[in-house]
Amino acid sequence: MTERVLHVEGLSLSLPNAADRRFALKDASFQIGAGETVCVVGESGSGKSMTAHAVMGLLPPAVKVAAGSIRLAGRELLGLDERDMRRLRGCDIGMIFQEPMTSLNPLMRIGDQIGEMFEAHGALHPAARNKRALELIEEVGLPDPAHIVRVYPHQLSGGQRQRVMIAMALALEPKLLIADEPTTALDVTTQAQILRLIDRLRSEHGTAVLFITHDFGVVAEIADRIVVLQNGEICETGKTGDVLRTPSHDYTKRLIAAVPSLTPPEPRRLATATPALKIDGLSKTYRSGGFFAKGREVAAVDNVSFEILPGETLGLVGESGSGKSTVGRCCLRLIEPDGGMIRLETVEIQGMTQRMLRAHRSRIQMIFQDPYASLNPRRSVGRIIAEGPVAQGVDRSTAMLQARELLDLVGLAPAAADRYPHEFSGGQRQRIGIARALALNPKVLVADEAVSALDVSVQAQILDLIREIQNRLQVAVLFITHDLRVAAQICDRIAVMQRGRIVEMAATAELFANPAHDYTQMLLAAVPGREAFAHTHETETNHVT
Amino acid sequence: MDLLRFVLMRLGKGVIVLFAIAVLNFFLVRAAPGDPAQVMAGEAGAGDEVFLDQLRQQFGLDRPLYEQLWAYLSNYATLDLGFSYRQQQPVLDLILERLPATLLLTGAAFFISLVLGVVLGALAARRVGRWSDSAITTLALVFYATPLFWIALMSQIVFSLKLGWLPNVGFETVGGGYTGIDRALDIIQHLIMPALTLGLFFTAIYARMMRASMLEVAGADFVKTAYAKGLSPAVITRRHIARNAILPVVTLAGLQAGQLVGGAILTETVFAWPGIGRLMFEALAQRDYSVLLGVFFISSAMVVIFNLVTDIIYRIVDPRIGASA
Repeated sequence: MTERVLHVEGLSLSLPNAADRRFALKDASFQIGAGETVCVVGESGSGKSMTAHAVMGLLPPAVKVAAGSIRLAGRELLGLDERDMRRLRGCDIGMIFQEPMTSLNPLMRIGDQIGEMFEAHGALHPAARNKRALELIEEVGLPDPAHIVRVYPHQLSGGQRQRVMIAMALALEPKLLIADEPTTALDVTTQAQILRLIDRLRSEHGTAVLFITHDFGVVAEIADRIVVLQNGEICETGKTGDVLRTPSHDYTKRLIAAVPSLTPPEPRRLATATPALKIDGLSKTYRSGGFFAKGREVAAVDNVSFEILPGETLGLVGESGSGKSTVGRCCLRLIEPDGGMIRLETVEIQGMTQRMLRAHRSRIQMIFQDPYASLNPRRSVGRIIAEGPVAQGVDRSTAMLQARELLDLVGLAPAAADRYPHEFSGGQRQRIGIARALALNPKVLVADEAVSALDVSVQAQILDLIREIQNRLQVAVLFITHDLRVAAQICDRIAVMQRGRIVEMAATAELFANPAHDYTQMLLAAVPGREAFAHTHETETNHVT
Repeated sequence: MDLLRFVLMRLGKGVIVLFAIAVLNFFLVRAAPGDPAQVMAGEAGAGDEVFLDQLRQQFGLDRPLYEQLWAYLSNYATLDLGFSYRQQQPVLDLILERLPATLLLTGAAFFISLVLGVVLGALAARRVGRWSDSAITTLALVFYATPLFWIALMSQIVFSLKLGWLPNVGFETVGGGYTGIDRALDIIQHLIMPALTLGLFFTAIYARMMRASMLEVAGADFVKTAYAKGLSPAVITRRHIARNAILPVVTLAGLQAGQLVGGAILTETVFAWPGIGRLMFEALAQRDYSVLLGVFFISSAMVVIFNLVTDIIYRIVDPRIGASA
């Protein structure tokens, strides 16, 4: 047994009385040795982030430690006063966060932010600090350290900022590194690099790593041992290989089964028909600059063409900034394309005025990524759904009746029509979003990262729902996603986008078996845990082909 | 280099704005009932036909409109803002004579309100929910809601008439004959009350804004990062929270700075402060159009200049602006 760096024993965190459960974390025990990575896995609300914050001594004021102990290298942390705790933070425990875009102070130079780490703990002379900052930047693999120390965070990409965060967290060689979903906001290829970086630094410095994540792919990639959390209680711990291969707890089994496989299901047979949506030579260029200034031009969408048959799902995959969302919005003319043809069944909508277009709006509808932000919080669910049909001239009471039927169709109680969005969970809201899109009886659905914000188990349910509705209503779906696992399961064909262009388009099985383009190969290679989750889709019961 | 191009660009836009305002001025006088000659004759206190014709000729009012406009704009371009018959002085001289007093008053009020507002707002945010927070927020609300002239009158009654601490009205002691340091001290004594009265209103706005902004920034991710570094709360508040929280206050302060010249009519009137505000008020009462329009134009120019200064300051305090603009 290696020396224990972190030893959590019988830890319980109590929530305020108004919360829906009494404990954020209940009687949790686990330990991490030097040079070991332990992943705490769980869905949103399972208490995994609370665990990390409890170790840091940075719990929100409403959450209190009810019982247990947290020992760092043998020293009890609970009961330390604020001053002693402050000495530990940064020095003995480093932490990196989920959102690299917002985790750095936008008004301070990178070098100064790293330098603060030494300043806070009185380490090194001011002159030596700058030198050490340069070394750290070099160590986390950022190019041109002398330049990086002088730039501001907005001049770096998400992946680069996360590297800076890691450099900062490791500046004082802490015994323990806490990583709270550090790659969730990053693209797959960047995620793979960051995971490798954390792993390399762990083995070089012998740091213990407490890694919080919801993503089993990442777990398979990086963890030595796993702690599975469900509603604040640890339901299973064990070596990564053992837990992933032979999970003993039902919840773990369900979670693992819900991870979409990279092996696509049997291809479906589609009747040949007029395409529901045909895009030809679509392009959109963004120009910055104004009145006098000469602007920069970025081709967000560059000569994109595809078509989708009724009942077919076309996946549009790519990393952030590849232009996939812009394509989706251009299809609805929510963004005005610069050129190209958009044909809905038999109607070309690219040249229409907005007034003319309104009559055809019902043919194409959108499901948005964020189930929290995309529903008006001040309107009842029924009115949200009925709004489209009413705008198209349907009688209000008829539309409300339809709304109830639609809620039933998406698996919610019709009575939900009288309630408000905040009363529903993320998955339920996404169902409402789908009902809203279906209210106009569209021929084409554009789903923009529709399941990306959801936990895996909920994600699986929503994917099933989309598939089931598609089979029943024969809508064409343009499914925009960055997640190749999801794409593998739901798409008939996949188009891979890079820098505004479609670099490869093929049937899903074909694309995964023989990726032709370099970029596709790179994307596939970067998917975390590809070996661990090679299982086929037999676990899903209601899978329709 | 980037900054220079930005400033030149903004100056170009500013000139266009001023041009538009000058044109508007020109047509405003002509939109008034009667023709400008009658207006001027009225100002000069005479009204017979011969004098009117003389005036028309002297000011080119008998020539076509576009020629008049051209002459008018060329005058403005050389800062010739016309002549006030009431005061028997060029408009520009009148304004320049009053400008220092106004800038002293509004500048002092601006400075007081900004410093006091930011400090009080930050303090309230640090002690959110405690009695000192409630006290600051309540006071801010009271000063925000109370009419300025009422506070001015009350402070005159209390601090000048009852307590006799400060002079009641005016810019300096009339016939005091002070020079040098003594004169400066005398002016400062006269300045305290009007500057504070004027400043309190904006102090209230800045304090509320700073407090809300501090609380918002305190929840930001990078503040969490700062805690995770083991920094002390004082450093986190000063370096990470306050610096970011002050940005919206700078924006608002920039808007207020634009009103520095024209915005103090009430205070100047109540305290008999010989500034632009009173000049404008008197000109309005006496229908002295050329003075009014001159003040209008100079105020606009000040707004343009202060907006530019604010934007430059904003680019310095927020490094993100330069990249996106």
